Amino acid sequence: MKVTLKIWRQPDAASDGAMHTYEVDDVSEDMSFLEMLDVLNEQLNARDEEPIAFDSDCREGICGMCGLMINGEPHGPEVTTTCQLHMRSFKDGDEIVIEPWRADAFPVVKDLCVDRGAFDRIIQQGGYISVNTGAAPEAHSIQVPKEAADRAFDVATCIGCGACVAACPNGSASLFMGAKITHLGELPQGQAERDTRVVSMVAQHDHEGFGGCTNIGECTAACPKEIPLDVISQLNKDLRTALQHGH
Amino acid sequence: MTDMPDTTLTSDPSYHEPSAGESDDAVGYYVPGDPIIDAKAPDGPIDERWSTRKFEARLVNPANRRKLSIIIVGTGLAGASAAATLGEAGYVVKSFCYQDSPRRAHSIAAQGGINAAKNYKEDGDSVHRLFYDTVKGGDYRSRESNVYRLAEVSTNIIDQCVAQGVPFAREYGGLLDNRSFGGVQVSRTFYARGQTGQQLLIGAYQALERQVHAGTVTTYTRHEMLELIVVDGKARGIIARDMVTGAIETHLADVVVLASGGYGNVFYLSTNAMGSNVTASWRAHRKGAYMANPCYTQIHPTCIPVSGAHQSKLTLMSESLRNDGRIWVPKKKEDCAKDPRDIPEADRDYYLERIYPSFGNLVPRDIASRAAKYQCDDGRGVGPEVEGVRRGVYLDFADAIARLGREAVEEKYGNLFDMYARITGEDPYVVPMRIYPAVHYVMGGLWVDYDLQSTIPGLFVTGEANFSDHGANRLGASALMQGLADGYFVLPHTIRDYLADGPFETVAEDHPAVVEARTAVEKRIEHFLTVNGTRSVDSYHRELGNIMWEYCGMERTEDGLRKAIDLIRTLRDDFHRNVKVLGSADSLNQSLEKAGRVADFLELGELMCIDALNRRESCGGHFRAESQTEDGEALRHDDLYAYVAAWEYAGDPDSDAMGAPVLHKEDLVYTAIEMKQRSYK
Ligand SMILES: Cc1cc2nc3c(=O)[nH]c(=O)nc-3n(C[C@H](O)[C@H](O)[C@H](O)COP(=O)(O)OP(=O)(O)OC[C@H]3O[C@@H](n4cnc5c(N)ncnc54)[C@H](O)[C@@H]3O)c2cc1C
Ligand code: SF4
Ligand code: FES
Repeated sequence: MKVTLKIWRQPDAASDGAMHTYEVDDVSEDMSFLEMLDVLNEQLNARDEEPIAFDSDCREGICGMCGLMINGEPHGPEVTTTCQLHMRSFKDGDEIVIEPWRADAFPVVKDLCVDRGAFDRIIQQGGYISVNTGAAPEAHSIQVPKEAADRAFDVATCIGCGACVAACPNGSASLFMGAKITHLGELPQGQAERDTRVVSMVAQHDHEGFGGCTNIGECTAACPKEIPLDVISQLNKDLRTALQHGH
Repeated sequence: MTDMPDTTLTSDPSYHEPSAGESDDAVGYYVPGDPIIDAKAPDGPIDERWSTRKFEARLVNPANRRKLSIIIVGTGLAGASAAATLGEAGYVVKSFCYQDSPRRAHSIAAQGGINAAKNYKEDGDSVHRLFYDTVKGGDYRSRESNVYRLAEVSTNIIDQCVAQGVPFAREYGGLLDNRSFGGVQVSRTFYARGQTGQQLLIGAYQALERQVHAGTVTTYTRHEMLELIVVDGKARGIIARDMVTGAIETHLADVVVLASGGYGNVFYLSTNAMGSNVTASWRAHRKGAYMANPCYTQIHPTCIPVSGAHQSKLTLMSESLRNDGRIWVPKKKEDCAKDPRDIPEADRDYYLERIYPSFGNLVPRDIASRAAKYQCDDGRGVGPEVEGVRRGVYLDFADAIARLGREAVEEKYGNLFDMYARITGEDPYVVPMRIYPAVHYVMGGLWVDYDLQSTIPGLFVTGEANFSDHGANRLGASALMQGLADGYFVLPHTIRDYLADGPFETVAEDHPAVVEARTAVEKRIEHFLTVNGTRSVDSYHRELGNIMWEYCGMERTEDGLRKAIDLIRTLRDDFHRNVKVLGSADSLNQSLEKAGRVADFLELGELMCIDALNRRESCGGHFRAESQTEDGEALRHDDLYAYVAAWEYAGDPDSDAMGAPVLHKEDLVYTAIEMKQRSYK
């Protein structure tokens, strides 16, 4: 099949960007979306145009490195990551608009690459259980009911891709943050720091320029790992409790 | 095209005349060197060696630790765990990764699980059995002291990870669940659905970020190490490129740790992440660190087959699938294009169950991989024809679904099935999966002693980047174990013995060795940007990958390897004259990044072939067609090859071109285990 691509190009953070149009022929439906861009990049290179910068690493839907706005939807039309999207989701003659994540807290680095360092800085503010290496008790001394363990796992599958932020009209990272709060809050090991964790992470979130959550739900719809919206309720509940405890 | 100030161009390394005693196939391609006599493992009973070493390793006073600095390249399991632990201990740590966050290191992609000798199932497991299985699985080509230590600390890893909040699978009673994995007969594998690597790495990443908050660790993301700084014979820092601004930065420290992962991408197509590379290791190799057993590659039997020329990477289907899936091909060639559901039971060849009745579908990876290759070479492969051959076999869950119910299968493998469906457009609950082997892991890597120190003092190597624990083949679920063992429990003890010599003399940024390293990096970058040839970096990478896969893949022959060496030299030559890298040095430039990595792969590939040529035996993942039993099984030669091949770089100092490498042999001596030929029949 043949597709027409409108792609955002921007030399660096300081410069202005603009949309450029490219055509790609001979696209096979077995290609992944990123392989289709690889093909385009080979063609650009051959005609002395600088290839388009976009991020990816595992190409297995797990590292969270990839992430493109495809026709206005983060990661495109399917519930998956950009790297796992395949061209069989498109048809011959389609026009596809490709942009980077748009959010104040994720400045564009180049073309389709953005800086998601804000996520790491949120985790630095308590997105962990404080246990030094070697200080851990025997694993079976901690029992976790299967239900809690499963729920902790389900939300711990967040890959930190940032699609939730890109999808949110407010540019909020509440889903990302709620996933971490819920993961650690479900587990007995996570209780000691439960209050301080939520207070510090939320403060960092706001400081980074992410917006507030107004319960629109676009985040969950865009999330490739289907992190449920109720992690945000959990986040708010934990925050209220912490504040009541005087944190 | 430009003059090449700093290239690696050579089609004609200085051959030497073979001396007496050299009779192997690689004569002429290498120079024999002194043997490695002492890998520094303590003597004594095997189960006391690690305690002895921990006790003998000198301590560093807590007040002195904040005056000692450590660079750690890599934030996978091996790097993040080490950075967190050394930060907690109070050292000044700088942590580097090429991704935009430490959490994205390739360890994140590991699916199946992590081994530990907890014996929670009371099925006869023990430290000694895990040790035994690992040495046997590695086909008696690993160092026994290291492996024993690995088995010993494995149990601490699970404790540590649980305390961090890693959500391992649990049973209804709330205790941890285990499964049996990859060719072993006990259940010792801990897992978090099909995303174990992700959960373990998130645990290590969070511990790392906690230290960032505490001020002990500084992270440098989107930074690529391009050179090692060696001052007075000791590793003292790295040259890294800020991949966003292009700035070439000098980072100095008292000790350097490489936890930079494996180099499977030398094959172009592999299950590794797109950016996985050998550059950090190779640059250290060029500066004097020996590279051990580079030809030991693990080819994983259960990957999704190639669908066409556009293929950029291969996707692994976790080996845990082999616990419940049955592998087969049609008995008759004419059935290969049929819908598998229409092929009656009697016309299916469950070839692993047939040939290996006691292990069946759970034979080790190398055996399962080669068996698949033989079926396809024999014309009984399935799936689409790519270049005239069907390269795929079925992995069928129909029986498992009938036995356990769809829900149970979904619970165990749901995300893998979804991924398969997404990539192939087929529903594996209904139609059998198609799989084919792919390069997955490298057992080879930088040589390290018992302390995980390379041949360059002050340069330590952990995780997949070192060669130490898996011999010629790695068992499933043991790489995660090794990465975390190295980073949490081994390196922090052994590195302190080195640091106890501190404080070290300060190195100035204008020290000649620093300037030299920096200049070399700058020149190399300029070279890539000014060749102005006609071919893209990827096209060279793909061609190199084809050569490696064809001649240094699942089956290796003397003639094939010689041919490969010639082809690689010619290709490398051409690369440096004809590659085309657009864009500039002072901004994000992904072609430039790739050019540096491919240049190093083009050198590594040659060394892998020389190593494979030297080793005229079949062991583990290394199968030399010349060395097999009458019924086609791998044949080891313990009399000739029970050694680690540690290669020293011997470049031409004038042109910087590769020369004939020097081979140092470390004899493998087993005191706690008897060497046996593997048999899985
Ligand atoms: C798909 C897949 C599934 C697997 N499943 C399992 C499993 O179930 N069980 C198991 O035990 N093993 C498994 N393995 C193997 C295992 O995942 C790896 O061997 C292991 O995670 C390697 O960890 P590491 O820390 O050594 O390196 P990696 O996780 O690869 O990390 C390398 C780090 O080095 C950095 N780096 C590399 N080069 C540079 C440079 N030049 N400059 C700066 N930074 C650099 C990277 O940014 C990264 O942070 C699997 C592997 C794959 C590919
Ligand atoms: S919550 Fe979902 S969308 Fe947001 S970062 Fe995590 S995985 Fe991505
Ligand atoms: S590249 Fe890793 S999730 Fe897409």
